[in-house]
Amino acid sequence: MSMNRREFLQVLAVAAAGGMTLHSDIASAEKAADKLYDVPKFGNVSLLHMTDCHAQLLPIYFREPNVNLGVGDMLGKAPHVVGETFLKTFGIKPGGAEAHAFTYLNFVEAARHYGKVGGFAHLSTLVKKMKASRPGALLLDGGDTWQGSGTALWTNAQDMVDACKLLGVDVMTLHWESTYGAERVKEIEEKDFAGKIDIVAQNVRTTDFEDPVFKPYVIKNINGVPVAIVGQAFPYTPIANPRWMTPNWSFGIQEQGMQEAVNAARAEGAQVVVVLSHNGMDVDLKLASRVTGIDAIFGGHTHDGMPAPTVVSNPGGRTLVTNAGSNGKFLGVMDFDVRGGKVVDFRYKLLPVFANMLAADKEMAAFIDKVRAPFIEKLSEKLAVTEGMLYRRGNFNGSWDQLLVDALIAEKGAEIAFSPGFRWGTSLLPGDTITMEHLLDQTAITYPWTTVTEMSGEMIKTVLEDVADNLFNPDPYYQQGGDMVRVGGLQYSCDPNAGMGKRIDNMMLAGKRIEPGKTYKVAGWAPVSEAAKDAGPAVWDVVANYLRGQKVISQRPLNLPTLKGMGGNPGVAV
Amino acid sequence: MNIQRRDTLKAGGGLGMLGLLVAAGLIRPELAEAAWNKGAFDAKSLDAAMAAMGAGKPAESADVQIAAPDIAENGAVVPVGVVSNLPKTEQISIMIEKNPNMLAATFDIPEGTIADVQTRVKMGQTSDIYAVVKADGKFYMSKKEVKVTLGGCGG
Repeated sequence: MSMNRREFLQVLAVAAAGGMTLHSDIASAEKAADKLYDVPKFGNVSLLHMTDCHAQLLPIYFREPNVNLGVGDMLGKAPHVVGETFLKTFGIKPGGAEAHAFTYLNFVEAARHYGKVGGFAHLSTLVKKMKASRPGALLLDGGDTWQGSGTALWTNAQDMVDACKLLGVDVMTLHWESTYGAERVKEIEEKDFAGKIDIVAQNVRTTDFEDPVFKPYVIKNINGVPVAIVGQAFPYTPIANPRWMTPNWSFGIQEQGMQEAVNAARAEGAQVVVVLSHNGMDVDLKLASRVTGIDAIFGGHTHDGMPAPTVVSNPGGRTLVTNAGSNGKFLGVMDFDVRGGKVVDFRYKLLPVFANMLAADKEMAAFIDKVRAPFIEKLSEKLAVTEGMLYRRGNFNGSWDQLLVDALIAEKGAEIAFSPGFRWGTSLLPGDTITMEHLLDQTAITYPWTTVTEMSGEMIKTVLEDVADNLFNPDPYYQQGGDMVRVGGLQYSCDPNAGMGKRIDNMMLAGKRIEPGKTYKVAGWAPVSEAAKDAGPAVWDVVANYLRGQKVISQRPLNLPTLKGMGGNPGVAV
Repeated sequence: MNIQRRDTLKAGGGLGMLGLLVAAGLIRPELAEAAWNKGAFDAKSLDAAMAAMGAGKPAESADVQIAAPDIAENGAVVPVGVVSNLPKTEQISIMIEKNPNMLAATFDIPEGTIADVQTRVKMGQTSDIYAVVKADGKFYMSKKEVKVTLGGCGG
């Protein structure tokens, strides 16, 4: 059953007429909230974890994926389960608030029922609630905090920097932060964050002498227990994002450096060692199996909202690996029982942030209003109305990306369009107005230029193969953690289990086979090479122009590849 | 942050590391030339390079460790390090299988030196990197894949 907003309001009206007053609705919401957010304190050391909020200061909708394939050893294991299998894997009751938060199931209907998620004012209330019940608890931020909205881009990340200080973040690590350039990151670290927020990243070193750029870890005293937080920035920042923005910084996984940092922290007296990571979950799982002495890895990057940690055995014991979703939708709460100088037990909960169940924190709400005020007019421009749901997340395509590639093809007169496999970007419900702000939620980056390239059929295949290997290489260390490049115009088949260079086949354009030697006009955006700087107008201007012309966006079918060898894979549901 | 070291080296000007070592009298140029194995550096296949080095088909050894990125940040300057824990290590060579000339570097390790070397190599495409170590007259190797990607599309 699916309802549009009018029908839903009618149902509400009927319910109200039948004696179920709005007041009782609020009362039941409060009851549900009490149940959801009543997390009994456990142990003596607590860490709160948020990650990948992508600069979403206000509550939003965010649809979880129905395609998140695991290949090789990852087949069918968390995080590579979706829908019903996800619920079964984690023992979540279908149909409730948590099932809605963690899966795509009945998304539109459930989103209308439970309302928006996230928002810093609501998150702030939850953080304060958890800190009140857990004296000494720290708030860790896994990064991808400064990028993803119009205001973050236009204020050069200042809105998020100030919001994080107000929220009470204690320690953070980095990924998209670096796309503001090395100088800006260091400026924030040394000025805004001085004495307040530590940036940690053991794997960022200078390209020349391999000197550390950030503190590898910090040790904080929580209720008398020394706790080390080791930082792991996104290892492939200069590859997945423009290298010229951080030309003197080298990243990488740096397993040996991680082991050395953990050992050094232990030698300094840390009784608990955790890693604040932007590796992505598959990389974290492999790292946890090979590096010893880590109690938990708090992960991000791959935007996997995992209700429970994966417990990984290694030669030194066991390591918990979590992942805390994205877009401000979740807050992770880890309680450790530390006795005799070590962690003896734990409790973990990933709490969904339902804006309707958590009152907005007044101070944060006022700050958000103030920081948005100069941009409100621009952000509120109504571009079009969408008839279908718009979302991004999924291995191969999302309806938002379909819209972007359709717009690029139309506006650029191209035959084919590519859009990067980003995992951030909020969702809209059928009937919603698409504003400039929503479009910027999908596109706000510091290298937004559109490109038009004459590409040979052979090159097109090379591009698809290259990205497919970054997603489906059976060794997680060779993965970059994004999704497959979104493709407009071109059809293809994909065999994720095949080797590098052999996954993509049957490339067709308008019913004709793509010829290796022929050239095609390909539109795209977000070029990483410095030479492509200012190549063409920003993608939001191009797409906004298209949307203004269309006025109403019909529900359009997704251009998806034909999958091979994925029958029965619990990482896909249709 | 180590400004002094950087400035000192900058002051060394365009000499480069080898030039500095020569200038400092640490190595004599004729020695470096005498050790140049032209056949091995000109070889176009792995087998030919191994043959020119007199390595034959070396056995894989866990005592030879390669430190290199899993995915190169910049194919033009890929940092590669090799550590040999084999006793009496005399020589360490680095080979890039998919490069047109695969032997990238050979280091002679004088007696009493820690067998731990590092350099930068250029790679045009994803390839296995081989470390070939000569120790006590015998050859050993290990290999690691380094991916060179087009970039973009992450996260």
